[in-house]
Amino acid sequence: MTESTISKSFKRNEDPRLLTGNSTYIDDIEIAGMLHVAIKRSDYAHARIIKIDVEEARKLPGVVAVYTAEDLGDYWRPGPLQVPPPTAIKGAKFNARPLECIAKHKIRFSGEPVAVVVAENRYIAEDALDLISLDIEQLPYIGDLEKALEPGAALVHEDLESNLAADVVQEVGSWEKAVSEADSVLKKRIVTNHVAGGAIENRGFVAQWDENLNILNCWATTQGPIPMRNSIARYLGLLENQVRLMNPAIGGGFGPKIMSSQIDDVIIPWIAIKLKRPIKWIEDRRENFLGTTSERDQIHYAEIAYKKDGTILGVKDVFYHNTGAYDPYGMTIPLNTQTHTISNYKIPNFYSQIKMVFTNQMVVTPVRGAGRSHGIFVMERLMDAVAKETGLDPVEIRRKNMLRAEDMPYRTGVIGQDFVENVLDSGDYPAALEKTFEAIEYEKFKQEIQPKLRAEGKHKGIGIVMFTEGTAVGPYEGAKVMVGVTGKVNVVCAYSNQGQGHYTTFAQIVANQLGVKVTDVNVVIGDSGQWQWGVGAFASRGITLVGTAIHQASVKVRVKALGIASKILSTPEEELELEDGVVRVADMPEKFVTLGDLAMQANPTRGTVEPGMEPGLEAAAYYGPPHGATGFGCLGMILDVDPETARVKIDRLVITDDCGTPVNPMIVDGQIHGGLQMGIGEAFYENLVYDEYGQLLTASFMDYLFPQASDMPAKFEIKHMVTPSPLNPLGIKGIGEAGAICVMPCFMQALEDALYENELSITQSFMSPSKLFHYVQSAKNA
Amino acid sequence: MAEKVKVSIKVNGTVYEREVEPRLLLSDFIRHDLGLTGTHVGCEHGLCGACTVLVDGHSARSCTLFAVMVDGSEVTTVESLGTMDKMHPLQEAFQEKHALQCGFCTPGFLMTAVEYLQGNPNPTAEEAREAIDGNFCRCTGYENIVEAVQLAARKMASH
Repeated sequence: MTESTISKSFKRNEDPRLLTGNSTYIDDIEIAGMLHVAIKRSDYAHARIIKIDVEEARKLPGVVAVYTAEDLGDYWRPGPLQVPPPTAIKGAKFNARPLECIAKHKIRFSGEPVAVVVAENRYIAEDALDLISLDIEQLPYIGDLEKALEPGAALVHEDLESNLAADVVQEVGSWEKAVSEADSVLKKRIVTNHVAGGAIENRGFVAQWDENLNILNCWATTQGPIPMRNSIARYLGLLENQVRLMNPAIGGGFGPKIMSSQIDDVIIPWIAIKLKRPIKWIEDRRENFLGTTSERDQIHYAEIAYKKDGTILGVKDVFYHNTGAYDPYGMTIPLNTQTHTISNYKIPNFYSQIKMVFTNQMVVTPVRGAGRSHGIFVMERLMDAVAKETGLDPVEIRRKNMLRAEDMPYRTGVIGQDFVENVLDSGDYPAALEKTFEAIEYEKFKQEIQPKLRAEGKHKGIGIVMFTEGTAVGPYEGAKVMVGVTGKVNVVCAYSNQGQGHYTTFAQIVANQLGVKVTDVNVVIGDSGQWQWGVGAFASRGITLVGTAIHQASVKVRVKALGIASKILSTPEEELELEDGVVRVADMPEKFVTLGDLAMQANPTRGTVEPGMEPGLEAAAYYGPPHGATGFGCLGMILDVDPETARVKIDRLVITDDCGTPVNPMIVDGQIHGGLQMGIGEAFYENLVYDEYGQLLTASFMDYLFPQASDMPAKFEIKHMVTPSPLNPLGIKGIGEAGAICVMPCFMQALEDALYENELSITQSFMSPSKLFHYVQSAKNA
Repeated sequence: MAEKVKVSIKVNGTVYEREVEPRLLLSDFIRHDLGLTGTHVGCEHGLCGACTVLVDGHSARSCTLFAVMVDGSEVTTVESLGTMDKMHPLQEAFQEKHALQCGFCTPGFLMTAVEYLQGNPNPTAEEAREAIDGNFCRCTGYENIVEAVQLAARKMASH
């Protein structure tokens, strides 16, 4: 039997190219005759457009064209919703207001595009932006989620009665019953922070219209190449396969690169066709902050009903979710919040209401975590509050209320972002808690170390929280596995890679079935000219959905190879094995045929075609799960806090994680590392701040603090558990978001523990050094 | 538009004589005039460090220098280190330690580290962390980069 290539830390196939400067990212694409685009963005957050004067800009030498919405004529129209309304939830109200690629009548956020300049080079294009003047009527800025819904508030969309974008209630059991049976009910107002995706590479788009072939070649940094291709084709009235959309190497995604129907993918192709010249647009950092998407901004009014002994009877959570100026991504984020609020615990009664709100801020779409962290933050903070009230240790209250291995699979009764009931497929949650508890030496810290430190006047605190990570949701992905005549294997899929290591992990899955070297599998990701079916990189779904499709396709190819080889070698299939790139007779290794030769044989020549023949040693497969696969874990942190300076040092960070079968454990750890870094940034550094006029004050890395190497603990201590998912043959679950969604509540619990004298009750997910300082000071004075 | 200025800049050992606008950024000169696209641009305001190159042996942000400012100087970019078939020990160490994911910030880290290791060929983990503190990475959490810098030091010592 061939040695398995699954669960092994292969070095990455893609690394030599990336390390030597040989990868092609979007801005590395150069085409002869190419023109460059710069986008004029509104400085106003909310305004009616009276006139956009571009005449001076048009006159600037080197400027080829300037376009506003008026110039687009009938081509201008709001884009399709990228995610449909939540029809699966009874009574859900959703006001669809998809993106306008460029403002026509009204500006709805600071940073919204109002004009596009095309010039011989980017420098001239940017010069011309300064020559465009806007005549506008300024309107009141809507930024406060609660005030936005008050009667008389200015309307972001004036054809609606209010700024309510959606209202969705989900109830499992009865909150009223929980209250009637409870000894106490505790209520908190909990706020989650507004953060950016912050990929180091900004977005970009290149389009080239080939008039002779009638094909539009596009290169985009999109996380969803097929939806974007389809959207472009629909806009332009082209057949899908007249648009070839390719992902170059992509410098990080983290969510915001999933969007389509934005200015770049709507207008750049239109310009390329109109001017018959290749067109390039590269977003700059300021634009990325202002005009791309961001996430997290929610206000929760959460209640928890419990018995004196700490048994939780129910949770009620009514929350406001900021969707920004439009809602093209439907309700993915707040639905994730709903599913992730109670998912570690047995909560018999759960009432959750989403009030999604339009504001004059950039559009809100998923950022790594995508609503999960908010639900987790709310629930973990509620648990801590109940622990304080009942005098139980935070670990104890979690032990008491946690779902157990025997409860799995567990139907939560809550409809998720994939519009099916959230079912927790597998796992042993209490075991994760105990693993972190042991590793971080919780008991020893609390009973021996901390009392000594406190006696010395030192402030070290410990936190421990649980999380689930809903991953691998539908609808589906597909892939094709093809053996070439060289014996090397090609895999094509329409996913999108921003650094997740798919060039290696997908190759490992193929190698596992076909007995070839991992380095002999070439993976093509995100080229609609080579493969046309798929959805995109979100919800930590690549390795599970594409991986499973690749596994299934590889199994088919294996069957095909054995069938042909059996004839050639005159040996029954069950006596054959695939190894070292050949099919051979298991006990006569000198009797073999190479995969390359089999690929030749699979392409029939004249006179050899049999009925029902399908040429090629290749197969395609698709995989769409009934519901997502849920990873889980437990995070523990020890923080060393200086209350005088509010300096926080992470002494220890221990995470236990279970993402099912890890295809490449090294890559799994890398995903956890990166997630944790984002979580640490979100808890302590990263914050998007709008002023009272809707100006983003943090539109650069000078103001938006990015977590750096010295902000991290010396070591991320990772403990693994492996509960294979029963949903797919390899037992895989996603891992992309685990680290990012659990840090904030743990950080706050540990801060409260460190600053025990102040009796803090932190109900916000962001506690910057300066904020912490003021918080401690005001608690002292209280 | 200002008149173009003649510059002579040695990049990775080759002297390039070009006429450039005074406002042309060094990062754009390297990437678009010379076609050396291994150097990346992440913020254009000197914070993220993706565009780090060596100017006369010292690391510098090429996005906050004008090309005319390095007239007569020697610039070194990631393309000078190793090739896909024969990587530099630092590049090998990055691969072995999984110190990159999307790879976009990586050239900046490599150029920062290659200079640093010349001055401190045997750094502790804390020193290596300090050395890379000015470069942003969103994917890796930095831990593996710290380890890669230390591994590279060991590899280079035994070369």
